[in-house]
Amino acid sequence: MISDRGAAPGHVMGDPGPTGRFGEFGGRFVPESLVAACDQLEHAFREAWAEPSFHHTFEALLASYGGRPTPVTECTRLSGELGIRLLLKREDLAHTGSHKLNNVVGQAMVAQRMGKRRLIAETGAGQHGVATATAAALFGMECVVYMGALDTERQALNVFRMELLGAEVREVHSGGRTLKDAVNEAMREWVATVEHTHYCLGSVMGPHPYPWMVRELQRIVGDEARAQCRIILDGADPDLVVACVGGGSNAAGTFAGFADATTSQLVGVEAEGGAALTMGVPGVLHGMRSALLQDEAGQIREAESISAGLDYPGIGPEHAHLAAIGRARYVTADDAEVLDAFQRLSRTEGIIPALESAHAIAWVLAHAGKEIPSGSTVLVTLSGRGDKDVSQVRDLLGSAAGTGQRV
Amino acid sequence: MRVPQPVSGMLADHLRRRRDGGAKLLIPYVTAGMTDDWLVAAGAVAASGADALEVGLPFSDPMMDGPVIQAASLRALQRGTTPQGVLADLAAVDLGVPVVVMTYYNLVVRMGHRRMASLLAESGVAGAIVPDLPLEEVGPWAAAADEAGVATVMLVAPTTDAARVGRIAERSRGFVYGIGRMGVTGEQACVASSAARVAGAVRDRTDLPVCIGIGVSTPEQAHEVCRVADGVIVGSALVRRLLDGGGPDGAAEFTAALRRGIDTG
Ligand SMILES: Cc1ncc(COP(=O)(O)O)c(C=O)c1O
Repeated sequence: MISDRGAAPGHVMGDPGPTGRFGEFGGRFVPESLVAACDQLEHAFREAWAEPSFHHTFEALLASYGGRPTPVTECTRLSGELGIRLLLKREDLAHTGSHKLNNVVGQAMVAQRMGKRRLIAETGAGQHGVATATAAALFGMECVVYMGALDTERQALNVFRMELLGAEVREVHSGGRTLKDAVNEAMREWVATVEHTHYCLGSVMGPHPYPWMVRELQRIVGDEARAQCRIILDGADPDLVVACVGGGSNAAGTFAGFADATTSQLVGVEAEGGAALTMGVPGVLHGMRSALLQDEAGQIREAESISAGLDYPGIGPEHAHLAAIGRARYVTADDAEVLDAFQRLSRTEGIIPALESAHAIAWVLAHAGKEIPSGSTVLVTLSGRGDKDVSQVRDLLGSAAGTGQRV
Repeated sequence: MRVPQPVSGMLADHLRRRRDGGAKLLIPYVTAGMTDDWLVAAGAVAASGADALEVGLPFSDPMMDGPVIQAASLRALQRGTTPQGVLADLAAVDLGVPVVVMTYYNLVVRMGHRRMASLLAESGVAGAIVPDLPLEEVGPWAAAADEAGVATVMLVAPTTDAARVGRIAERSRGFVYGIGRMGVTGEQACVASSAARVAGAVRDRTDLPVCIGIGVSTPEQAHEVCRVADGVIVGSALVRRLLDGGGPDGAAEFTAALRRGIDTG
């Protein structure tokens, strides 16, 4: 049941090297105008990441400012109902309410080393935008966030948050007006401003070195969780480690702590309407080769999900690789299951999850006692808190009368 | 479909011959499928003083393009434009000048390198510009294109260092596309100072013609660019006229104005 193919210690989630390849995925498919900037970033990150003092400063900031380490909480009531032992890695308790802060603090530090004073970012749910605006405020940097017009509507509160934090939010009206289009626009802006601007990409996607760098900056989630689980589980590792996947940063950070050090099964949960690995085919978008939702001609399809943060037709290239070698597998949860999970975790544990994170919970709820054998130990990364989603969920439940969603 | 013709080296030969004969090269860009009569417009442009024509195969996520070419791409896709359809259209006409397609790599990946390369060759296309394929990633496509006799035109940016310019020029076929400014396609009020630097850096390294594109919008700017480069690529300014309903006549008129601007200043 537990796949150990390619699970040689230290080798599964390692350094992809100068070509940024994870098996056949990854790479750096960018216009020539961005090659020098990607080189510079790779060099700066490599240098920083090899310095103990950089790690020290990074971890100290995430502790004193970000509230790390975040706890692992055992869900006693829900565990009882499901017949498993369910543990949550509580990224919802990190400053700004999600795992996104880890990545942006690290990237802001690298940007400073490169002498760049301005950050740009794309955002879907708004969490990465809020985190970037936060880091920009903390470091005294200028910040512009690109956000699809559909998402500024769905996540109006996060737009205001970013503005409060001093960032400028630019609405993107091209394409499907969601995360994919925000990435396009941020990349276009980066081409024009690359000399003094760092593109603070929000997930394990894009051209090399981003997928690797963002995974490394997020691995603190998995490294902490592994140690915390061993204390709770008397030295054992969880049978399953589950995380939601948009671009895949909370999952990659989580998996990085387990892929080489344990034999835990790794499960990534995509939104059914944005299931690049389940329904996509290999292609090249946003600087990377990975699995993509696309038509026969190669035009990228729009993802469609209840959660803005998972509304992305691609997936980080390392996930495509982990799937190809069998070290992780990727499944889906649909919008109705997610709404149900959102409410169930709220009621049984007093934790309102982000809609993104609710995908991971939803998959566990659907499979506990079946595909997940009774008595299993399951760690779920709760990537963020649900405050940002409360008004959307209220509207959805109001209009879902008769579908059994209204409790 | 037109009989396949040997196109190997044809683009470079054609452009070199024009250049060495004292002409400056004008390469206008049109997005395929953007209007019902795009092919007529392309023919009118080609006949109005162009030395080659760049034809965009529309992609859903054109990362190097600003609002005008984004809008043209979207319109073309909404009209049901596909790479196969465009290439069949091109195969059926003779535009009188070499055609270079511009597209994004995912369309190539989806169709397959060899299939795309041979389809381009069969359609009489002389070259291809794939802006999201930098030197490090271009290998598989360039090999397939070389084999099919399609010229892979490489790009040099203002941020490309001298040694890299040399390697890019060596890998480039047909001509070298000099990115005139840091940014995406779109009309600009003036020519960036980086245009002359890029042109100079490429000329130091290769005898292939160097043509400057990105942000060149008017006959005056085209003239200015051609003082430092072998030629100029004009996209958004022409595509905007087509989007605004200028039609083949408007496109031809603008192309002729570019030609006059280049030749007389
Ligand atoms: C709370 C939360 N979880 C997950 C995601 C998805 O991103 P990733 O897959 O990179 O973790 C987002 C993105 O906005 C998010 O806000």
